[in-house]
Amino acid sequence: MEVGMLPISASKRGKLLAAGYTSLHSISRASASQLATDIEVSQDEACEILKYASQTSALDPSIGNSNTSNLYGGQTAWTMLNEEKFSTRITTSCVDLDNILGGGITCKEVTELGGVPGIGKTQIGIQLAVNVQIPLEYGGLGGKAIYIDTEGSFMVERVLQIAEACIEDMSEYSNHFHNNVQDCEVKMHPNSILENIFCFRVCSYTEQIALVNYLDKFIEEHKDVKMIIIDSVTFHFRQDFEDMALRTRLLNEMALKLMKLARKFCLAVVLLNQVTTKYIEGSYQLTLALGDSWSHSCTNRIILFWNGDERHAYIDKSPSLKSASAAYSVTTRGIRNSNSSCKRIKIV
Amino acid sequence: MANKLIKQMGLPNSIANIFTARNIITAKDALSLTEFELMEQLDVGMAEVKSAMAHISEVVCPPCQTALLLMEQRVRDERSAGHLPTRLRGLDEALCGGIPFGVVTELVGPAGIGKTQFCLKLSLLASLPENCGGLDGRVIYIDVESKFSSTRLIQIGIENFPEIFLKKGMAQEMAGRIVILRPTSLSEFTESLHHVQVSLLQKQVKLLIIDSMAALVLGEHDCGASRQQALGWHVSFIKIFTNSNSSDKSIRSHSIKKEDRAAYDSHLVAALGINWAHAVTIRLVLEARSGQRFIKLAKSPISPPLAFPFNITSSGLVLLDDDGIEMKGSEINTIHCQGQKALFNSEW
Repeated sequence: MEVGMLPISASKRGKLLAAGYTSLHSISRASASQLATDIEVSQDEACEILKYASQTSALDPSIGNSNTSNLYGGQTAWTMLNEEKFSTRITTSCVDLDNILGGGITCKEVTELGGVPGIGKTQIGIQLAVNVQIPLEYGGLGGKAIYIDTEGSFMVERVLQIAEACIEDMSEYSNHFHNNVQDCEVKMHPNSILENIFCFRVCSYTEQIALVNYLDKFIEEHKDVKMIIIDSVTFHFRQDFEDMALRTRLLNEMALKLMKLARKFCLAVVLLNQVTTKYIEGSYQLTLALGDSWSHSCTNRIILFWNGDERHAYIDKSPSLKSASAAYSVTTRGIRNSNSSCKRIKIV
Repeated sequence: MANKLIKQMGLPNSIANIFTARNIITAKDALSLTEFELMEQLDVGMAEVKSAMAHISEVVCPPCQTALLLMEQRVRDERSAGHLPTRLRGLDEALCGGIPFGVVTELVGPAGIGKTQFCLKLSLLASLPENCGGLDGRVIYIDVESKFSSTRLIQIGIENFPEIFLKKGMAQEMAGRIVILRPTSLSEFTESLHHVQVSLLQKQVKLLIIDSMAALVLGEHDCGASRQQALGWHVSFIKIFTNSNSSDKSIRSHSIKKEDRAAYDSHLVAALGINWAHAVTIRLVLEARSGQRFIKLAKSPISPPLAFPFNITSSGLVLLDDDGIEMKGSEINTIHCQGQKALFNSEW
């Protein structure tokens, strides 16, 4: 085990190596005062180094930790299976799309949606921001949403339209299943849906990174946020970025932070991406923007495209979903099934 | 926001001094490095870096607003920050009132189809007093190709609003609110954008028209990456001050001809490429098909893609049908052009 793995400053690391502490094992065997005199730091700093050393060595199986299920932050696959079975998903309001997604957008994962301009990415984003608020009685999560708008395409009038349509659908649904008229009344008002969407307007990549850093604190204060939508994650990283290697590093760090947020607070993160042309195998093709290393960062990747006159969604990458495509349409009420494939109204 | 000095953010002095010592002065400098890199450069532990970055991020982060608040602001400021009605009933209905404030709208079309006519009428409408449905504000018209014709502007004014324009001195006042800038190169354009930013705050500019973007760039760069980069900065700049000043923008774009061997009509492609297409919020495509001109609402977050047939008369653009035809699939973004003859057949 390397001393280089400790999250301490470079000069302290240098001092440890110079004093002969080359492995974590040797550090953890020393006492705090011994360490303090050997590397000439204060007692508090020596205690901190010891603490880091013992935490890191707990992850190393070669040190012989027999109780493997309570490793620092680890979980067994069995506990995770139970969690996955009962996790609620956020519907997209289009039955075909929900089917290929296994029920909807999953929490604790980062999903990326990309497509050509005008295909409906912002529409799906707004629909999800409304659908995450569907109450538990109707199969939703009853949570709030954070909408991060980098392009200025968030139009409140459209959110109101979709919110009103969602409430109408919910009352229709309860009409089918409840005999008692009083039960049918949906207690939501479009304004309360609007109130539960937190919007941030980001004007540069610095603000975008700052916001992702700040979200940890924000969500601690608003624990019922269950959905973060970034529309679009690409925009500010495409304009005047001279150092591409830096861009890759910043994007990777941002992706890791988002993944951490998704797991920690058990929410869904949806990133909307743009397309760019790329020279592959002798011709120019459309691919999602931000490059190849970004394409590894998200858990699920869905590509939206035109198939003749219909809009389709295709699952490009997912650890648990089968590669499939489904048609959807954008209507005045939001995202719905495409007309040609719908022969009957399906009651979910 | 990104250029805020770290010294002024209220960090504890010890860490603030370390930042300055390593030449990380603004928030942008700090956020452009990953946390690991910061740890290396500042020579402090990870925990300290994390808490300093959390503090900086909170300060730099944009403010949070709920969608309800945005809606109420929209309704309240409808007059000064809502929509610019275009007087084309079908288009205004589709756009929920007219060209919205705070977003970038693009007009694309082949030569001679009516883009400048539309822009002239819009600048007139913005300068009209409020009781006639105007914005009572100033207009800045950046005219790259020297297409602005004051005579034609006054003619449109007289045809549409005879009661105002035939009054003494009114024509002068209306025309006096429109300022025309004529940059001849991209660098001059950049400079004029900077000047515009200053005057936007002082005077009551409600509309900024750039006619046309492609003309500036086509002369100077070859296709592809360098052109995208050159425009990249402009796109984000325009978007940012569009939003912060709540005036609205209309940008025209040229089209280049791309011959399609199989078809009779030649198909055109918008000149600035797909990166630009993502950057605009609303896209109006003007085209001619079988002798009839159409204005298509190709990209809009509020309405489905609709095409309206129109003609150009002495009073500007006139829609022949207010209901619009809905388009699907690839039709939305293609631009039809039927050769030069059909397009010169206008009636004024």
